[in-house]
Amino acid sequence: MDAAIKLRGVVKAFGSITAVDGLDLEVPQGICLGLLGPNGAGKSTTMRLLTGQAIADSGELRVLEYELPREAKKARAEMGVVPQLDNLDVDVTVEDNLAVYARLYRVKDVRAAVDEALDLARLRDRRREAVDKLSGGMRRRLLLARGLVHNPRLVLLDEPTVGLDPQIRTEMWTLIGGLRSRGATILMSTHYIEEAERLADEVAVMHHGKIISRGRPADLIAEHAGRETAEVYGPPDRLAEVRAEAEAEGLPVRPAGPAIAIVGSEASTNGVIPEDAIRRAATLEDVFVLLTGEEAA
Amino acid sequence: MSTAQVGAKRLEPAAIAGVMSREVANFRTFWKATTFSSVLEPVIYLLAFGLGLGSTLVKNVDGLSYVEFVGTGMVATAVIFSSALPAMFGTFIKERFQRTYDAILAAPVDVEELVTAEALWIAIRAGFYGCFPLVVAMLFGLSPAWGMLTVPFFCFFTAFGFASFGIAVAASVPKIDSFNYVTTLIITPLFLVAGTFFPINQLPQGFQIAANFNPLYQLVELVRAASFGFEAVDSLRFAALIGFALVMWRLAVSRMTTRLVD
Repeated sequence: MDAAIKLRGVVKAFGSITAVDGLDLEVPQGICLGLLGPNGAGKSTTMRLLTGQAIADSGELRVLEYELPREAKKARAEMGVVPQLDNLDVDVTVEDNLAVYARLYRVKDVRAAVDEALDLARLRDRRREAVDKLSGGMRRRLLLARGLVHNPRLVLLDEPTVGLDPQIRTEMWTLIGGLRSRGATILMSTHYIEEAERLADEVAVMHHGKIISRGRPADLIAEHAGRETAEVYGPPDRLAEVRAEAEAEGLPVRPAGPAIAIVGSEASTNGVIPEDAIRRAATLEDVFVLLTGEEAA
Repeated sequence: MSTAQVGAKRLEPAAIAGVMSREVANFRTFWKATTFSSVLEPVIYLLAFGLGLGSTLVKNVDGLSYVEFVGTGMVATAVIFSSALPAMFGTFIKERFQRTYDAILAAPVDVEELVTAEALWIAIRAGFYGCFPLVVAMLFGLSPAWGMLTVPFFCFFTAFGFASFGIAVAASVPKIDSFNYVTTLIITPLFLVAGTFFPINQLPQGFQIAANFNPLYQLVELVRAASFGFEAVDSLRFAALIGFALVMWRLAVSRMTTRLVD
């Protein structure tokens, strides 16, 4: 079976800034791939390249069985996009928002598609209300349902929960989880580690416009971070001291807010890990920060 | 969910209809306000100019009563203000602030279809609302004529041109305040020197020649011809309006492509 997305050597520059810099990315059908990266890593540009809203300077792009940018329109017809920012029509009713996009995606039975999307967003009883009467969580669910109104084979989620409160975020995760079980291929860009850990079958870490690491979350953790991380809190002088000792022993150390995190601490034998350190299981965040040198959200 | 075949053809009717259906859904939420001002505005103008100028200073213009003269001329005012301005502000707001076009262009719609649909919808609306001044002027004494049935078509093509112009402007300016330059330098002179409120033939010759390049002037002449009798030159005027619409349409498509596709 062909990959749902296949990018090879893709380059996209804006003036002197090269947003995507020789990107190779293959997403097999039916998986959820988390595209993880700090701000400015090139995630959003990658998403726009996939819909033909940005044209690559060089490289090969295939989405579903279509070659971009030549057949971008055909690819878009079978692809659903859920944007980072809410761009619903706020004065228009919930059902009309969905109906417009059902028509734009050339769905034959618009009414059935709208009903199905309303069920997905759990907004059947609010269908005739204007969008600006909805709560923040409802709007998010509607935004997601709008991108799925034509039952796409491939779904692009661009930072699907950025700026949302924790309750709404959890709700979105449930919906995205449900989408996975329907068999759609999902490419989800995010800079929330927890989101990627929970939802993605595989994670690709993007940095400076290319993928620097890729694998199942558990494999990435084992490969790059080992089993255990020790977090040490204290005044800056002491942290600097502990850091120097750990690094002398060859253990990678990363900043973790007010603390430092000694990654792979299970390998230490000669007492460089202080008694009061908090030992915890290694996480994808450890991997992310080690690889990109940037603290995650 | 079954979806219809998406062709590789340009200007697919399904894509254009889809974009227009979004406009219609939005228009249903504010049509009362639009209709209200479309009716009231010509009433106010006719009262002010018709009773003010018409009953005191001006009795006759080119053989027409002042109400006949202004009532027919105001069709052009209605058309430019219901096409160029909504296109400028609407396009800028949808592109920059509401990010509507990001969502539409993620669907199987390309920029050419998007621009065409937006301009078409505005042109249909302006074709309809452009006739309101004629209807209002009838209440003030303008006699109905069969030729007036052609007015919506003249309005449609003119409005398509000005809507496309507005879209092209919105796609070219860095911020919404830049519209001030366009309204002051282009729209206001076009609408004042269109033969709406005073006849062009009393202006210096340079202005008279320049006015011929003003699509609104051509529209005013066509509306008066429709009301009081066509001449051979009017087919030339109509052809010029269609030419204006086509040129502006292509300009809008190209400006918007630059703006929307990285």
